[in-house]
Order: sequence, then C-alpha cells, then structure tokens
Amino acid sequence: MEKFRETLKETWHFYRRTLSLVIRGSKAYYAWCLFLLAIIWIGLIYYLKQHNLGLVETNLTDQVSWGLYIANFTYLVGMAAAAVLLVIPSYIYSFKPIKEIVVLGELFAASSIIMAILFVMVDLGRLDRFWHMVPFAGLMNFPESLLAWDVLVLNGYFFLNLLIPVYLLVKFYYRKEPNWKFILPFILASIPWAVGIHTVTAFLYNGLAARSFWNASILAPRFLSSALCSGPAIMIIIFQIMRRISAIKVEDRALFKIAELIAYAMFINLFLLSAEIYKEYYSNTIHIAPLKYLFQGLHGHKQLVPWIWAAMTMNVIAFFLFLVPGTRKRLATLNLGCLLVIIGVWIEKGPGFVIPGFVPDPLGEIYVYIPNLLELMVSFGIWAVGLLVFTLLMKVAIPIEAGEFSHVSYIERTFRREEEDQAWRQGTFKKF
Amino acid sequence: MMQDQDKKHYTRREFLRNLSLTTVAGLSIPLLSSCSKEEAEDFLQKHFREMTPEEKKAVIAKLEERYSRKYGKKFEISTKEALPNILWGYGLELSRCIGCRRCVYACVRENNNSRYKPQLHWIRVLRLKRGTLINLEDSEHYYDPPQVPEKGFLYLPVQCQHCEDPPCVKVCPVHATWKEPDGLVVVDYNWCIGCRYCIAACPYKGRVFNWAEPNIPPEEVNPSVHYLGNRPRMKCAVEKCTFCIQRVRNGRYPACVEACPTGTRKFGNLLDPDSEIRYIIDRKRAFRLKEDLNTEPKFYYFFET
Amino acid sequence: MSVVEEYMPPPMTEGMFPCSNCHATMEVNRTKRVLKEEHTDINLHHAETMRWCLDCHDAKNRDKLRLYNGDLINFTESYRLCGECHGNVYKDWRAGLHGKRVGYFAGSGKRIYYLCANCHNPHDPKFKSLKPEPPPYRPEENHDARSR
Repeated sequence: MEKFRETLKETWHFYRRTLSLVIRGSKAYYAWCLFLLAIIWIGLIYYLKQHNLGLVETNLTDQVSWGLYIANFTYLVGMAAAAVLLVIPSYIYSFKPIKEIVVLGELFAASSIIMAILFVMVDLGRLDRFWHMVPFAGLMNFPESLLAWDVLVLNGYFFLNLLIPVYLLVKFYYRKEPNWKFILPFILASIPWAVGIHTVTAFLYNGLAARSFWNASILAPRFLSSALCSGPAIMIIIFQIMRRISAIKVEDRALFKIAELIAYAMFINLFLLSAEIYKEYYSNTIHIAPLKYLFQGLHGHKQLVPWIWAAMTMNVIAFFLFLVPGTRKRLATLNLGCLLVIIGVWIEKGPGFVIPGFVPDPLGEIYVYIPNLLELMVSFGIWAVGLLVFTLLMKVAIPIEAGEFSHVSYIERTFRREEEDQAWRQGTFKKF
Repeated sequence: MMQDQDKKHYTRREFLRNLSLTTVAGLSIPLLSSCSKEEAEDFLQKHFREMTPEEKKAVIAKLEERYSRKYGKKFEISTKEALPNILWGYGLELSRCIGCRRCVYACVRENNNSRYKPQLHWIRVLRLKRGTLINLEDSEHYYDPPQVPEKGFLYLPVQCQHCEDPPCVKVCPVHATWKEPDGLVVVDYNWCIGCRYCIAACPYKGRVFNWAEPNIPPEEVNPSVHYLGNRPRMKCAVEKCTFCIQRVRNGRYPACVEACPTGTRKFGNLLDPDSEIRYIIDRKRAFRLKEDLNTEPKFYYFFET
Repeated sequence: MSVVEEYMPPPMTEGMFPCSNCHATMEVNRTKRVLKEEHTDINLHHAETMRWCLDCHDAKNRDKLRLYNGDLINFTESYRLCGECHGNVYKDWRAGLHGKRVGYFAGSGKRIYYLCANCHNPHDPKFKSLKPEPPPYRPEENHDARSR
C-alpha cells in the first residue's frame, strides 16, 4: 500500500514536470502546435453545427448511412493495431535496434486510438446519449453487438497503450528498473489485444448478412494485413522526422527491418485482394455489384473507380519498393514507398471499403456519396487532435528516452538553484 | 534576479493554466447550449424496459405535456403491452398491388413521420419488370407515371418485416431496439444513440433515420400514439414501421391495410388458425423476401392462386 | 374477442333507389338490347356478350337481384350473386382475404367488409388505373427538400 502511494506520488511529480517540457519549445514547435490548434478549432465549430442541426448537415443518407467518419475510424484502428508490429520483434525476439523505439510506437498507437474513438463519437447521432453505452451505467448489448465489443476492446487497448509506455517512461525518468513481473504481462497481453481490436472491427462489418460485400470471411485477415502495412509505414516516416529534430537515435537498421515486414504484410494483402476479385468475378452472382461499383462502375456511376485504381497502383509499386533490398535500403525510395502505402491503404480501407458496402443498398438503389465540407473539416480537426496529442506525447517521451530529461537532472538543477538562491540572499551570487 | 525568473516561470505557468481552464469552460458553453431544453430533460431517462410503472407514468405525462404544447392537440400516449398468444403477421398480395403509394402516405399521416428535410417514408414501393422478383438491383423506386399500374411491371412494397431473428436487434449496442412478445420489433426513441448500425444490418432497408429534427405540420399530427410507435420522434433517432402498434394492440387494422384501394394488404395473428394471415399461408403460394438470410420475416407476399 | 361484422352499404347512385318508383308501373321488355332512353350512363362491360341487365336484376321486382335458382336478394347482399360465377373469389372474400376490410379485426370493435360493388362497378368491374401518389424524394434532394 505504501509502495503504491509512493508510486502515485512519483507519477504525479512526473506529470507536473512533464508539463514544463510540453510548454517550452522551439519556435517551430509553437508554430506546429498553433497550426494544429487552429485546425482543431475549425473542426470543432463545424462539429457544433452538426451537433445542433443533426447529421442532416452531412451528405449521409439512409442509403449510405456510414461515410467519411467511419472510413477514417476503420483505418485508424488498423494503424493502432500495427504498433504490435514493433512490440513483437522487440520483446519476443529481442531485436535490439527496435527496442528503443517501442515505447514511442506504443504512444503512437494511443494517439491513433484517440482519433478512432473521436471519429466514432462524431458519427453518433446523439452524443449526449453516449452514457447508454457504458456498461452498468447504461445498457450495453454485450456480447451480441459487435459495437459493444468494439467499445470495450478499444478502450482496453487505449488503456494498455497508455499504461505500458507511461510506466516505462516514469521508471526510466527516475532511473529505476521497471518491475518486469508487473509490466510484462501487460506487454504480452497487448499483442493478442492488438490483433483483437482489429479483428473485432472487422467482425463488426463481417457479421452483417445484409451487406454481401462485407459478409465475406476474408475480411478479418485482409484488415490485419492492410493494417500491418499502413501503421509501420507511418511510423517509419515519423521516426525519421523525430530523428532529425530531436536527440532520439533510431538506427537505419531498425527502419529497414520494419520495411521488410511491411513487404510481407503487403504481399498477403495483395494476395487476399486477388482472392476476393477471383471469387466475385468467376462466380458472377448478383453479389458482384459492390465490387463492380468499386472497380468498374455500376450503372454508369464511376465515382470510386479512379480512387481504387490509384490505390492499387500505389500498393503494388510500394510492394516492390519494399521487397527489393536495393530500394528498401535507400531512404529516398523507402520514404516514397511509405507514402504510397499510407495513402493507398487509406483509400482501400476507408472509402474503398465502407462505401461499396452500401452500394447498391438492400433494395437495389445506388446513392453516390461524396463527403461535404463539414465532414471534411471535422475529419481534419480530429486528425489534428491526434497529431497534437502525439506531438505532446513525443515532446515528453523523447527527452526521457534520450536521457536528457530525468529525475537526476531535476535534483541537480533544484540543488543548484537552491544554492544560487542562498548565494543571492547572502550577496555572494556570481552569474556565470 | 532569481525571484524574477521564478516569477516569470510562475506567471507563465499560471497564465497557461488559466488559459486552458477558460478554453474548456468556453467550449462547454456552446456545446451545452447546443443541447435543447428537451434533450436536457430527457438526459437521464432510463430505458423503457427498465422503468417502473410509476416512472413510465411520469415519462408519459412529461411527453404528453410536451407534445400537446408543441402541436396544439391533446396527446394520448399509450403504453399498452402485448397481449398473450399473439404473433402478428402481415400479408401482401402481389397480384393486386398497383403501385399507387396510397399506403405510403397513409402511413406517413398515421405515424407522424417527418414530411420534409428529411422526408421519411416507412414503406417503399419498388417497381420491377415482369420476370424478375429476387434481384432488386434493377428496381425503380422513383417511378412517376400518370397512371398505375403500368404494363409490363409489377409492384413490390417493402417495409420493416418484423423478423423473428432480427439482425437489427442483434447489432444494436445499447438494446434500443428489441422484439416484443407479440413479435413486433420496436425502438425506444429516447434510448437510441444514433449510431446507425441497425440500418447497416437490415437486409430490407426497413429502418430510416431522423437526420434532423422532424418537420410535421401541426394540423396533420395524429395525437393518439403509442410510446414505442408513432409518437413524434426527435432528431438522430432511428424509426421504422411498427405494424401500427397503436392500432393493432387495440385490435384495429394498420393504416396501410385500411388505405389500400385494391385490398392488397392483409393482417392478422399468426397463432390464430382462423385469422386471415393463416388462411393465406395455408392456401396461397406465399413467400418471404430474402429467406436465405434466415431472418424469418413475418411479412408474407402471396399470389391469388 | 368477438368482432362484430358489418357490411358497407351498397353504392347506389343518388335518387335511384328504390327502383320500383319507376319500374312498378313499367312494362317488362325482355329483349336483349342497348338501353337508349334511360340508364344511358351505364356502360355494360361485364360478360356483355353472354349476359344483360335482366340476368341479374329481377324483371318483376327491380328492387331485388335474382339468383340462379330464382331466389330474390337485396342489394345489400349482392355478393351472393357475384359469388355464383366468381366462386373462388367469393370464398376468399368471405374469409376476409379478397377485397377490403377496415376497422377492427379483434376486440370489441366493428369489422366492416367492403361489398364487391364498393370496389368493382358491377356493370364495368375492371379496376381503373389510378394516378399514383408522388415518389419519395431522391436521397440527394432529401436533406434540403422543402415540403411539396
């Protein structure tokens, strides 16, 4: 009990100290944060309009009742699950170069989950009734409803991805050895949990017999394989940025290893895609309609066709860029591959997945859904929230990981400050 | 000098703390004010099935007063429960439907649907070319000829099928929709969070969403309502056909059955061997839509012989 | 659960019934012909090659209809006459299957049957086409559409 209270006191002290880290920074840091805050502000104004007048302000209709928000949600859950790609090699195979950046990857997963949860919240028609979904306070339809499962596993994953890095960072800050007996079970639990969150999200769509495009067993494996492409890709880019602007050291070897793993995941993704395409085009039942809408256009409606073909091209090019060691080990082509994967998987898993599920609708109707300005602005706002959260978390985590920010230096500084204070009072202060 | 530095450090921290508190307070004002007074009143209302009889009475009184004030008519909200030994079934004679849509608008008038922005129809009449019945992809929803029926076409009205194994009930995360003992699938509009998962799950597009606050002309409002049926709804709640729960639980035919000029629609108790619907199933060629999905709908389409 | 069954009154043209007002004193002309002097608004389009007016309307008592076996029935029971030829439909109608019923099907209310003649003009029974009610708004217009 005493130890627990001690830990709490330490954590509170740690938190107050990190505030000073977050508040101070370079001009570029302030500019970036203000820019993100501006986008968040605009998104919030638009969201308030939607909250006031109802979802009629979006372009969603009874025919296509889920759109940009849920598309982003699906993509972001995938990104969050991909943090596991860093965790597995690090803790299980003790691949040294990745071990250092695991904590940062997990904080990235936490920011992703925040964005995913926010996207679901803005999509809800009645946010004020959100408490209906809280177990015991409301009336949660567990275990029948996959959305109830999703709420539980996403919040659990969020909790895990905050607990583990914060615990490790606090311990590192105090230069204390983490209690592995305490934290290792959580770390090991987070691996199947990451697979779990994305499987539950896939099952959410999978279980709907009404939507033949989604009612395919291939959905969960495809979700996982595409998540394992996009998440690490964005992390490769983020680590290069952080390597440039801060003292964190990330070896090139770590980045190349991650890229190699993305190549395998992308291969599986492309293979599963071709399996889907074969099945629909060869059997040629009426259930081919959504896939036709996506790849060829249905009854003259071709809105998604250029997007999906662009995504396919990007994915295939990125696959080869990652597969061939020559291009993988050159930073320029590696970064190009990462960008292609991020955008390609977003198209394929966001609008390219959610919208064809609704076209044609169960009574055969086709409604062409294109998000309007309000949805775009709210979506940008939420992405900005995620980026801001991630920036702030990194602003704290990197100095700790790099060893610059620790309790030892705090003690030293406080001691020195008290010394100076005393000297000033005694009149013996000398400025250096 | 040290104290100045301290002071600056302190003031900066103070300043940022005050700024963040003001921001939070400032944000919560528009967020809270965007909730209407009604939403604030209903905020803590329990799920209908969990209410005690006294709580139900209080809620009904509050709603009756609110609707009467809003629409200028005396409202009567029934909470009549399901009678025993009843399983409601519906029959629709495809050989007779001429696609005149009188049922659609009778339903709109009876059930206080929003008329515009958005316009909510619980019944949707599909026009199919003769020779097709299962592939609804070629159906036409927006036919508007000068006269119906048109040669070479047949008409298929679709509404909530009140399935025995409803996919919408399965997926609702908050139990806002459920199947009553007499087989009707109902929604507690005050409990629905508006996630639209049920709309994605319904294979018959039986459910529609109030994308905005409903617009009902006050003179056309129907004041005899049921809590789970046709009482005026609010924005961002899901609604659907309830087989006119306010009528059938009193033994009256649903509005669409009474409105049809060709006598296409039939209604009755599936558990009563003398009912019209049992007569249909026993003697006519009846089928249900999308039976391969195993939802066991209670909406039977049949032909004359 | 005894529902009182009632029938809708037959749709009589204004001022026509009782027919015996005119026909009590008129001579009976059993020749099959197209009427020229009176009842010219009636366009017989109901098996007109095989039947004509006096096959259904009793020649001697115009206030009644005549069944095959010679029985005379009131206009309120006209369904018995229709059922003589249209037996299958009549059976369905009796069960409540064909045609229309409004009101209450259970409880203590009234179930009101529509007579054959309420929907089908006995002289020209085929259903006329109707003007359909307007289609729903297309989803693109539904969010902004004003009331029609």
